[in-house]
Amino acid sequence: MPSRLIRGNRVVPDEFDVVAPADGDDVATLPLPAGPVIVPLDVWSARREELLARGGAVGVQLSPTDVPATLAEDLARLAVVAVHFPKFADGRGYSIAYQLRKRLAYRGELRAVGDVQRDQLFYLSRSGFDAFLVKEGQDAQAALVALHDFEATYQASADGRLPRYRAARPAREAVGG
Amino acid sequence: MYRYDSLDRQVVDERVAQYRDQTRRHLAGELSDDDFRPLRLQNGLYIQRQGPMLRVAIPYGMLSSTQLRRLAAIARRYDRGYGHFTTRQNIQFNHPRLEDVPQILAELAEVEMHAIQTSGNCVRNTTTDPFAGVAPDEHVDPRALAEVLRQWSTLHPEFAYLPRKFKIAFNGADVDRAATLVHDIGFWAVRDARGALGLKVIVGGGLGRTPIIGSVIREFLPWQEMLNYTEAVLRVYNLHGRRDNLYKARIKILVKALGPEEFARQVEAEWQHLRGSEGTIPAHELARVSAFFADPPYESLSDADHAFEKALADSRAFSLWAGRSVHAHKRPGYAAVTLSLKPHGLPPGDVTAGQMDTVADLADRYSFGELRVTHEQNLVLADVPKRDLHALWLAAREAGLATPNLGLLTNIICCPGGDFCSLANAKSIPIATAIQEKFDDLDWLHDIGELDLNISGCMNSCGHHHVGHIGILGVDKHGAEWYQVSIGGRQGKDAALGDVIGPSFAASEVPGVIESLVGTYVDHRRVGERFVDTAQRIGIAPFKARVYGTEREIAHA
Repeated sequence: MPSRLIRGNRVVPDEFDVVAPADGDDVATLPLPAGPVIVPLDVWSARREELLARGGAVGVQLSPTDVPATLAEDLARLAVVAVHFPKFADGRGYSIAYQLRKRLAYRGELRAVGDVQRDQLFYLSRSGFDAFLVKEGQDAQAALVALHDFEATYQASADGRLPRYRAARPAREAVGG
Repeated sequence: MYRYDSLDRQVVDERVAQYRDQTRRHLAGELSDDDFRPLRLQNGLYIQRQGPMLRVAIPYGMLSSTQLRRLAAIARRYDRGYGHFTTRQNIQFNHPRLEDVPQILAELAEVEMHAIQTSGNCVRNTTTDPFAGVAPDEHVDPRALAEVLRQWSTLHPEFAYLPRKFKIAFNGADVDRAATLVHDIGFWAVRDARGALGLKVIVGGGLGRTPIIGSVIREFLPWQEMLNYTEAVLRVYNLHGRRDNLYKARIKILVKALGPEEFARQVEAEWQHLRGSEGTIPAHELARVSAFFADPPYESLSDADHAFEKALADSRAFSLWAGRSVHAHKRPGYAAVTLSLKPHGLPPGDVTAGQMDTVADLADRYSFGELRVTHEQNLVLADVPKRDLHALWLAAREAGLATPNLGLLTNIICCPGGDFCSLANAKSIPIATAIQEKFDDLDWLHDIGELDLNISGCMNSCGHHHVGHIGILGVDKHGAEWYQVSIGGRQGKDAALGDVIGPSFAASEVPGVIESLVGTYVDHRRVGERFVDTAQRIGIAPFKARVYGTEREIAHA
């Protein structure tokens, strides 16, 4: 099974386990796997000290209704912030990514997960994502090319490109990390 | 008008390449219908009752003659020889083949046009006053600001998947000719007491199922902050607008739920983070874009033109037309001219390829090679010397573009309706043509005077029925097409929503109902009073009594 994770313009193995509580699971007692792990915000909030004490890499996954500023004090300790897209047409994750990068100055891995497809990668990367777990059935290798759909852009976002009137030509350095 | 530089050209070329590949993958079965839908919609491609419909952007309604000729060529080569101008100053082609669309877009890109964001839940085409730059009542020509906003909103990565579509309109004159109060954002370009340029910001207007007049959330925004402030509005909306119900997803519902004051507070808080950031527009950028909208090389003319005066005196037909279609101009000896796309008996807003070529020729000959599309679905030649008006009229009449009905009852704003649109509950074009046939007598039409009649085939209100002096809405009742009639709506700075007069009508009854409404007005009007003003003064009761009175009961007995 080839990896579905794109990071830094390449398809790479995904070293993180994802904790996804089912309905009725008690987040306080849910078993946590050893090794690198991504947990939902409610698990993080309930078991922050325990997760940090493990010593391994920890990431937090935000849903579209989560407020990114909740993580303001924790961002430096997180290896990954993942933002979940329940449907690719639900665009809240783009504004969440923008806030993490520009408002909260988060510099670590920002990963788009859920209904993530090739034709959204360019906008996702411009909004601040630098890692993409494409949805099941998608060919991550074939999707790489979409990170470069546009060289020309008009406006600033969270990828370091400048508006046309502040740059002679658009900068490219932040695309795909 | 604005001309592309290498960056603008590269944006549209890269968009064509991207869409060509998306279409190829869709046709190869690699991209499902569901996954392809939002992608094609962001490029203006709908799948309609008769097949695909392609909507092409005409930024703030401005076209060159070269672009219009290209639209004509596309209509001939890829469609059935005609196009349809919309209430948002765009053009639609009703029968292209899905596999031809990438090539159509490539041919549009050659003349600096595109279909980017003409549909989908994103920032749509920016619209403005069709008389921008030439109207005597204008304080600020808003086109440069509209172009700066167009560029910023084009392929904006954060705001491509909003809860719902997002429409922005500009006005810079005393009279609002861009329906700014019924847009998601309406910007009024204004000057403060010291002459500084800024924007009055109105949000949350809209028609559709829940018609609302927009609320002012900021009286004066320095123009440099236009993009930052728009970004703040869009971010608040993107994060907090409803996504659980298609009919409650527009920004107007969020503004209404929070209250305009609380919405404004959230926007202002967001803006404080952005103020003075890289999104702030430098003076050199506004100057660069404004230069494209400098006056054309006008001649020095005296305002009165003898030949024009004589033609008015000699020809009643010409003077009837001129009285409706010739508009005041800021320059002496010039006029702006509306070419009517509302001939009686044909679909409002439709234009044939031959007519497009004719208008392009007329624009070259009489109006510096440019024209505008109006939100009332007509065309405007904005810079015509008065001495040429008679010759222009003769040529326009020959081409079927000189129906003297501007501002009158048969200048109907009308959506494509159930003949084309898969959203519609009912047909709208046959209703429009039946009304036009009923009121085909020009003397009668001119005696009735100014009357906006707007028709929408469903609650999405593309025909702006809420703000028509008379509005007609197609509704579905147990699978049959019925029409609800309202009166008293108006557009402009005193925009108001019409009141429904009562139970709806069958299609065949509608022309008679309009006749009864007009008859009531004629009986009650004071000298010089328009239909809508009489309706406001006397209320809907007399209209109701006439329409639903004994005559109708007998007819239905």
